[in-house]
Amino acid sequence: MSPRRVAVTGIGVVSAFGDDFGEFWTGVASGTSAIRAMTLVPPGSLRFPNAAEAAQFDPARYFEAKQIDYLDRFAQFAIVAAREALRCSCLKIGGALASRMAIVTGSSAGGQATKDEGFRSLYAMNGRVSPLTIPRVMGNAGASAISSEFGITGPVYTVSTACSSANHAIGQAFWMVRHGIVDAAMAGGSEAPFSLGFLKSWEALRVVSPDTCRPFSHDRHGLILGEGAGMLVLEPLEAARARGAQIWGEIAGFGMSSDAHHLTQPLSSGAAQAMRSALADAGAPPEAIGYINAHGTGTPSNDATECEALRAVFGPHAQKLLISSTKSMHGHALGAAGALEAAATLAALRGGLIPPTANFTAPDPACDLDVVPNHSRCAEVEWALSNSFAFGGLNAVLAFRSPAAG
Amino acid sequence: MSRPELAARIMAVIASNQKIPVESVTLDKTFAELKMDSLDGINLLFALENEFGIDIPDNAAEHIQSVHEMVDGIEKLLAEKAAQQGS
Repeated sequence: MSPRRVAVTGIGVVSAFGDDFGEFWTGVASGTSAIRAMTLVPPGSLRFPNAAEAAQFDPARYFEAKQIDYLDRFAQFAIVAAREALRCSCLKIGGALASRMAIVTGSSAGGQATKDEGFRSLYAMNGRVSPLTIPRVMGNAGASAISSEFGITGPVYTVSTACSSANHAIGQAFWMVRHGIVDAAMAGGSEAPFSLGFLKSWEALRVVSPDTCRPFSHDRHGLILGEGAGMLVLEPLEAARARGAQIWGEIAGFGMSSDAHHLTQPLSSGAAQAMRSALADAGAPPEAIGYINAHGTGTPSNDATECEALRAVFGPHAQKLLISSTKSMHGHALGAAGALEAAATLAALRGGLIPPTANFTAPDPACDLDVVPNHSRCAEVEWALSNSFAFGGLNAVLAFRSPAAG
Repeated sequence: MSRPELAARIMAVIASNQKIPVESVTLDKTFAELKMDSLDGINLLFALENEFGIDIPDNAAEHIQSVHEMVDGIEKLLAEKAAQQGS
């Protein structure tokens, strides 16, 4: 079978902006930051008070009481986003498609709050741990629950590569659809990192900003944690067109690399290699790319390294790229980051509106590129890349193409 | 605690743990009739251990299939616990 073009026909998002994709894109497109004072952990317990929590998320709106007991927040997010993506796609899963559809999800931490609660009970309370701890904590809990809910019986699994998890997941699903291993896929990521034990671990790493996330700014102080889920429905473009599906855009390429370097320090050559690999996989010359949804965490190290990688890959064309970090608005959702950013990138290509890098103050000479500061910009762009670079040096880059492309 | 009091407490734990109306839990019901699967059963054992401050060993739990068998089993474990504390 010759490789097939792959369309995105459904998008679902849970984020700090709300429980659906519409609210997410409205917020991101308008350059509004959803970073607020944290509510899920006791005030004053951390050196960083702010985060992009999905504080509005009420599981009782979506699940029976007993089902809530059996699913950690990260899995609940995954299911709610998957429901929206599937509804949006109007794809009917039944008959032969059920076994020809894949689910690939990303999560860095899995059921972190459940683990925290279980071990607190063990060490500090009555010495017992709930039997639901293991099934709630496991990284594939979201993927398995989506599979059960929709009767999807094809390849279902979860990828955990820290902050690159969702991009690795979407990339693998994309390749499976492209090469005819499956005929549809649900792919994305979900994360719910707001438990005190996990947040204290982030605090100890000294990479979280004490105020807000200012990617590429001279005075950036670190990342801001976020949470949520993003899910995409992928189908062969021809099949999607044949059934008259709404097409958000194409996933056209995927590239991965490893820095083989350091646990936390990024290396620009690794990031560059992943971007080049995604371009080659998409068959797109660097000059075709108009927009980069950057990894852009807002740490001093990431943003400078990412810009160095962009200059290495794109040469003089780097100055023409529109580059933004939407993490400045929805926070760094770790294993869900790539999925939220895929949603933003697809909406940007389809709508001709590039979301900005919010909270920008003053340029940093090390990040001397067009980072679309603070205000979104109208631009018809055919091709975009979305970068994810993980601790441990694992890089995953997706190439997207506008639905207007023939 | 009298047996009816113990039974009522156990049935209240079952209802709250399984998110079902307390009226639906009666002594004659089997856990299958309450639509509980194996994971539900394990989760219930955990709730009962917490409620009564006891440990329910695997071999004591594996043959229990109905509410009244659960009451019998817990009554026995509570009696053993009381005897140990008394000795």
